[in-house]
Amino acid sequence: MTSNPGGTWPHAPGFYVGDRPKIVTSRFEYEDSYTLQRFEATDGYKGLRAALAKPAAEVHEEVRNATVLGRGGAGFPAGNKWGLTPQGVWPRYLVVNGDESEPGTYKDRLLMERDPHQLIEGCLIACYAAGLSQCFLYIRGEMALAQERVATALNEAYAAGYVGKNILGSKFSVDIVLHWGAGAYVVGEETALIESLEGNRGMPRLKPPYFPAAIGLYGQPTIVNNVETLANLPWLARNGAAAYTAVGTATSPGTRMVAVSGHVKRPGVYEIINGTTTFRDLIYGEEFCQGIRNGNELKAFVPGGGSAPWFTEDQLDVAFEGPQAGAAGSMLGSGAVMVMDSTTDIPRAALTLTRFYAHESCGKCTPCREGGTWLERILSRVVDGKGTDADLDQLLEVGQSICPGEFPHASNEKLGITAVPFPYRMNTICFVGPSAYAPVHSALTLFRSEFESRVTKRTLIPVTAVAQ
Amino acid sequence: MARLTEENIRLAREIISRYPKPRSATIPLLHLAQEQDGFVTNEAMEHIGQLVGATSAEVYGTASFYEMFKFEPVGKYLINICGTMSCALMGSEELMHHAESRLGIHMGGTTADGLITLERAECQAACTEAPCLQVNYRYRFRVTAENFDTLVDQLQSGALEGEIPAHGTVAAVRQHIPADKGVGAVAPEDVTEGPAWLDGKAAL
Ligand SMILES: Cc1cc2nc3c(=O)[nH]c(=O)nc-3n(C[C@H](O)[C@H](O)[C@H](O)COP(=O)(O)O)c2cc1C
Ligand code: SF4
Ligand code: FES
Repeated sequence: MTSNPGGTWPHAPGFYVGDRPKIVTSRFEYEDSYTLQRFEATDGYKGLRAALAKPAAEVHEEVRNATVLGRGGAGFPAGNKWGLTPQGVWPRYLVVNGDESEPGTYKDRLLMERDPHQLIEGCLIACYAAGLSQCFLYIRGEMALAQERVATALNEAYAAGYVGKNILGSKFSVDIVLHWGAGAYVVGEETALIESLEGNRGMPRLKPPYFPAAIGLYGQPTIVNNVETLANLPWLARNGAAAYTAVGTATSPGTRMVAVSGHVKRPGVYEIINGTTTFRDLIYGEEFCQGIRNGNELKAFVPGGGSAPWFTEDQLDVAFEGPQAGAAGSMLGSGAVMVMDSTTDIPRAALTLTRFYAHESCGKCTPCREGGTWLERILSRVVDGKGTDADLDQLLEVGQSICPGEFPHASNEKLGITAVPFPYRMNTICFVGPSAYAPVHSALTLFRSEFESRVTKRTLIPVTAVAQ
Repeated sequence: MARLTEENIRLAREIISRYPKPRSATIPLLHLAQEQDGFVTNEAMEHIGQLVGATSAEVYGTASFYEMFKFEPVGKYLINICGTMSCALMGSEELMHHAESRLGIHMGGTTADGLITLERAECQAACTEAPCLQVNYRYRFRVTAENFDTLVDQLQSGALEGEIPAHGTVAAVRQHIPADKGVGAVAPEDVTEGPAWLDGKAAL
C-alpha cells in the first residue's frame, strides 16, 4: 500500500513536527486532523467567531498590522493587498490559489489534505474582513485527495452553518465554491488563474491594467491569495496581531512552511520561524534535514522554488528574510529548497528545470515561447555531449533576449564573483520565461567548468578565397 | 458514449448554478465528461458548449490547453512518473527506464491490453518523497523498481479496484451546496452595493 517512509504515521508523508511555534500545522499530529470533529475540538472556527464579533474593518486592520506576507511566491502583505481594491466597486471576489505546481514546492497540498477546515476558516475571515461576496477555491487538477478532503470539509461546514447564508447567525453570508483545474503550471499565475476560472485557456493577462485587485474575475475587484497565506488567518484572528508578530522578525513575522528535497538525509516539509531560520539551520540542523546524504558535500541548492537563482555554501547563513535573500542574488519564492550534493551532474540538473518551464510556456510571448525552447534544445545538446563552446555563449544570448541586462546571481568566493541582487528586467508577461533561464544562468555562472568539460571546441572552417 | 447522461446533466446544471457566469463551469464539466467516458469526446464538448453557452470550438480551445484532458482513449490506469528536478535528483530517469521495460511500452504509450498508459509528468508537489508517481492521480512515494513492479502486479490482478477508480474520475467526493444553506452565485450585474455585513462601512 502507500509507502510512508517520510514520517511515522499519523504524520503526513514527509512532514516533520518540531518543537517550534505551530501556526498552520498544529493539527497535523492527529490522524483525523481533516475532520470537523477534530477541528472543533482544537480551536476550530474560534478565529471566525472572534472575527465576527468585531467590525470587518477592525479585522482587516489586524491582518494589516500582522504583516502576513503572501506565501505564494511574491511575498506581498495580505492586509495591504486587500486594501488595493477600488472604492465603491462591488461585488468583489476571493480566489484561493491552490494550484501548487512550482518545482520543489510542497506545502499547500498538505494544508488542503490535512487541515481543510483551517483553510475554509481562513477564506471566511478574508471574505468577512475585505467585504468579498463569493469565494472560489481553485485546487490543482491532479490533487485528487486534496479535492476530496476539501469537498468533504465544505459539505460538513455548510451543514454546520459555518459557510453559506447568515454564518453563525450573523449578517455575514458567503458561498465557498470548490473549483478544480486540469493541469497547466502557468495557471498558478494569478491572472491566468482568473482566465482559467472564467473557462478559458489559462494564459496570463497584462499587468497593468489587469491587476486582479482592480480588474479581476468577471472584471470585478478580486483578491487572489495563496492557500498557506489564508491558513494563517484563523490563528491570527484567535491570538491577535501582537502574538503573530512576536514570532519571527518585524519584516518577516510568523512562520512559513518549507519543503526541502533532494540530497539531504531527512527531506521533508517543516514549519520554520520566518526571518531568523537560516539555510544552514534548515539543511544541517538536527531538527530539520540533518545534513547531506551519504556524508557527501553540498554542491548547490535552489532556495525558493525552481524559478530561483541558485545558492552554494557561501549563502548558507542567509536567513528566510526576503530582502536578505534578494540582496544575496535570489528569492525565497514559494518555500522550496532543492539540495544538490557533490555527485550531482549540474548541467543535467539545470536541464530538468529549464525543460519544465519550456514545456509550461503558454506561448503568449515570443521570448518565452521561442527562448525557452531554444534554451532546452541547446542545453540538451550540451548535456548529451554534442554541444560546442559556442553553445554556451548562445545560452547566455538567448537568456538576454528574455531578460536583458544583468541577471541576478549569488556571490562566490572561490570564483571571485560578487552577487547581482534580485530582481531582473524581463521582456515577458509573466515569470515563466525568466524561470527557464534562471537555472541555466546560475549553473553556467557558478559551475561553468562542468559545461566546458562537456563541449567540444568549435572548429572554425577557414574561409579561403576560391579565386584570387 | 457521447453526450452527457441524464444524471450528469443534472450534476452539470448544479455545478453551473454556482458560478456567476456559466462558462466558468467549462473545466469542471470537461472533467465530468472524462469521468463518464474515460476521455473527452467531440459530442461531449458540443454538449458542454450548449450547456455553458459556448461553441464546441471554444470548449475544445479551452480543453486542449490542459494536460489532463485526453481526446482519445487511454488505459484504465494512467501512471504519471514525475521527472522534474527533485525527482530527477533521486533517480526518476532510472525509474522511467524501468517502467518502460517492465511494461514494454514507451512514455506516452498504452499496454496492448489497454490497462496501463505511461506518461512522464512534471512536479507533483511531493518533492520530498522523490521519486514519486501518480496512478490516476493517486500518489505513490519513494518508488523503487521493486515498488513499481508490485504496483503493476496489483493493477493487473485487480487488487486496487477499490482504491483507485478508472481513469476519468479524479476526486471521488463532490461538493454539494444544500439549497436552503447556499447564498447562490453573486453576479456582477446583480450587485451595486457593498455586502450587508459591512454596514455601509467599506473595509479599509
Ligand atoms: C508562473 C507562476 C506560477 C505561479 N504559481 C503559483 C501557485 O501555484 N500557487 C500560488 O499560490 N501562487 C502562484 N504564483 C503566484 C501568484 O501569481 C500570486 O502571486 C499568489 O497566488 C498570490 O497569493 P499570496 O499573495 O497569498 O502569495 C505563481 C506565479 C507565477 C508567475
Ligand atoms: S512568459 Fe511565457 S508563460 Fe508567461 S505569459 Fe509569456 S509566454 Fe506565457
Ligand atoms: S519534482 Fe517530483 S514531485 Fe516535485
